[in-house]
Amino acid sequence: MSTPESVMKLSGTETHEPAVGRVAPHSAHAGDQPGRNYLNADYNLWSWLFTTDHKRVGILYLISITLFFFLGGAAAVLFRLELMTPRGDLVKAESYNKLFTMHGIIMVFFFLIPAVPAVLGNFLVPLMVGARDLAFPKLNLASWYIYIIGGVFTIVAVLTGGVDTGWTFYTPYSSTYGNTNVLAAAVGVFVVGFSSILTAVNIIATVHTMRAPGLSWFRLPLFIWAHYATSLVILLGTPVLAITVILVGVERAFRVGIFDPALGGDPILFQHLFWFYSHPAVYIMVLPAMGVVSEIISCFARRRVFGYKFIAFASLAIAVLGFLVWGHHMFVTGQSMYAGLVFSFLSMLVAIPSAIKVFNWTATLFKGSVLWNTAMLYALGFIGLFTMGGLTGLFLATIAVDVHVHDTYFIVAHFHYIMVGGSVMGYLGGIHYWWPKMTGRMYPEGWGRVAAILIFFGFNLTFFPQFVLGYLGMPRRVHDYVPEFQILNVMSSAGASILGIGYLLPLGYLIWSLRYGKPAGANPWDATGLEWQTDSPPPTHNFHEQPVVLTDAYLYEPWEPPAQGHLPQTPPQAHEPAVVGSEGQR
Amino acid sequence: MTNPHTPAMAHHATSAKNPLAIQFDNLEQQRFAASLGMWSFLATEILFFGGAFLGYAVYRNWYPHAWAEASRQLDLTWGTINTAVLLGSSLTMALAVDEARQGKSRGIAFFLMLTMVFGTAFLGIKAYEYWHKWHEHLIPGTSFVWSNPATIGPAQLFFSFYFVLTGCHAVHMIIGMALLLIMWFKARRGDYTAEWHAAVENMGLYWHFVDCVWVFLFPLLYLVDRA
Repeated sequence: MSTPESVMKLSGTETHEPAVGRVAPHSAHAGDQPGRNYLNADYNLWSWLFTTDHKRVGILYLISITLFFFLGGAAAVLFRLELMTPRGDLVKAESYNKLFTMHGIIMVFFFLIPAVPAVLGNFLVPLMVGARDLAFPKLNLASWYIYIIGGVFTIVAVLTGGVDTGWTFYTPYSSTYGNTNVLAAAVGVFVVGFSSILTAVNIIATVHTMRAPGLSWFRLPLFIWAHYATSLVILLGTPVLAITVILVGVERAFRVGIFDPALGGDPILFQHLFWFYSHPAVYIMVLPAMGVVSEIISCFARRRVFGYKFIAFASLAIAVLGFLVWGHHMFVTGQSMYAGLVFSFLSMLVAIPSAIKVFNWTATLFKGSVLWNTAMLYALGFIGLFTMGGLTGLFLATIAVDVHVHDTYFIVAHFHYIMVGGSVMGYLGGIHYWWPKMTGRMYPEGWGRVAAILIFFGFNLTFFPQFVLGYLGMPRRVHDYVPEFQILNVMSSAGASILGIGYLLPLGYLIWSLRYGKPAGANPWDATGLEWQTDSPPPTHNFHEQPVVLTDAYLYEPWEPPAQGHLPQTPPQAHEPAVVGSEGQR
Repeated sequence: MTNPHTPAMAHHATSAKNPLAIQFDNLEQQRFAASLGMWSFLATEILFFGGAFLGYAVYRNWYPHAWAEASRQLDLTWGTINTAVLLGSSLTMALAVDEARQGKSRGIAFFLMLTMVFGTAFLGIKAYEYWHKWHEHLIPGTSFVWSNPATIGPAQLFFSFYFVLTGCHAVHMIIGMALLLIMWFKARRGDYTAEWHAAVENMGLYWHFVDCVWVFLFPLLYLVDRA
């Protein structure tokens, strides 16, 4: 823990020659002049719409998923308002069904799945491996357009009356009996899958073939390991959803039976196919957020991550085991008892690598000099909430408990602890942690902490009562309920309003910081990753010189100097004076 | 996007274009990445067809007799001919890749064209088979006609899977042919050299994959339990 200088040493401008065979033939780039970066390299709209710069594609994704996030959030606001009272007085049952379906489809397919990989992954993977771009920049841009096309179909489905099947599209309701525009929504889900597949192909090829000299697999940041594992899940899971959606679409469009029991078809087959993707999809959502948390915890505890290899392999183990547990969604659908037992066992098994990560993060914090800034608050929130979500997941993997709470609010609370308490917290933590890198500006720290704390308490107030509600037997997806449940529902709705404010705050102050934030400098957190060794914002092709990696990741030391009895409230500035062309920024 | 560091180069004749993309250090690295990307994508494709094959396997296992009965309605002669045609196209595609390794543009273009001819023949025969099924009222849905009332449901399931599986396969062929056409123009323009022809190799991988899918489809749909 006592390396003299700090961190990964990089070639910079002075000492090291790039390793043999990696001499960069492209040296002087348009975006590499002083004061020029990927943001101000070009200003017109076309330079954004036809960009192949992974950082710009990341920003395009950031803007689009933010829109979808607030759209999905708006649906949640409406149904939480409806649930303030036991009777269905704000919206009818049909509208309520459409609202939660819209919330689910948009949040799952258009926010959570692309959130970390397509925004932060796109932006950071090449920077972290020391490459000039992703392996396939044009495919990367195509993935964003495909995402938008999928989004348009989904919006059309909403505008033409909505969909009421739930995001799970269970047959035969979706294929035969539902009267809403299932087809448009299904096409949207089908299309958007290709955007994740292209992102995953890009990440895999980039990590395999484009690592900087000296950057061996076990020197990679854990963010990269998490994204690599996620990409494997995307590659192998998404196509199964695609064919499933095609089968449902064909059955519905041409009125033929594929899952239709009247012809001898099996609706349960649909559920197997659907969950074969959609359970691993949970890991698509949470694994990259775990990668974010590993980066943040290590940086703001100023300690080398505890058990690096365990965390790295835990990501892969989760990716593999995640494919073997889908049956736990179907304990009450009449699958055989033996299948249920096996799925129950495997579901408990997948908790082990997740727990390894949680313990390792905790061990990293132990005796660290923890800095309580915004990103760290989100990361700590992630650990707590993910643990809650994970442990209740174990309850649900226990068949007898699952039978009791199946299709109740207990399930709703459980997966929101993973997806919102886990993925969204990780995503927001990552956005704050890398915001200085992405924009060259600091966000207001005070507001950041206020928002993070509001989100944490708002979240718990929203979803903890739902555990109780579910245990008491309140079914999910129903717009009215017995009066006894009202108090807990009002608590939940009150929490949701706090959560809503918590989410609006970063939208406000992050946009504010684009203009008024302090210039960040290359490395405001004194962090070790390659992405911090270049300007903020980075030049178009990321590095002025090919970085060369000489050490392991995360060789942090305590904030200097290790003062007696107190910790510094602000991180020290980067060792080298910031070389950002800050005068070149807006 | 052209490489921004060579604005003057962008206006040169395209045949002299530097094939090395800005993000790579050398062509070897670029080729490795392209190849890995294609294999990753093919892994996706395997799972895509895998989902449909799972459905096939479940129903085949549940309704072996009805599905064998339905399977006998398929035209074995045309199916066999089509298999031969498609394997022929794989041969010509492999020859195109071989020409590319030697940097022979005209040879690449010639074999790509032959591949497209075989591909068109395959799709034509497939279309004829579809048309035939239409005439025999074997399209699942309300107009489905089946002599044996005991098996009419599972027989419809068989034909649903027949059309979904062969349809998905045909869509892959059509996409492949569109790419082949673009590649044919590029080959004639002299874009592929002995040093840089990863696109042709990847096209070959994709085409062989699509053929492999048929190699599974043909026995599963036409041959199993036929006798």
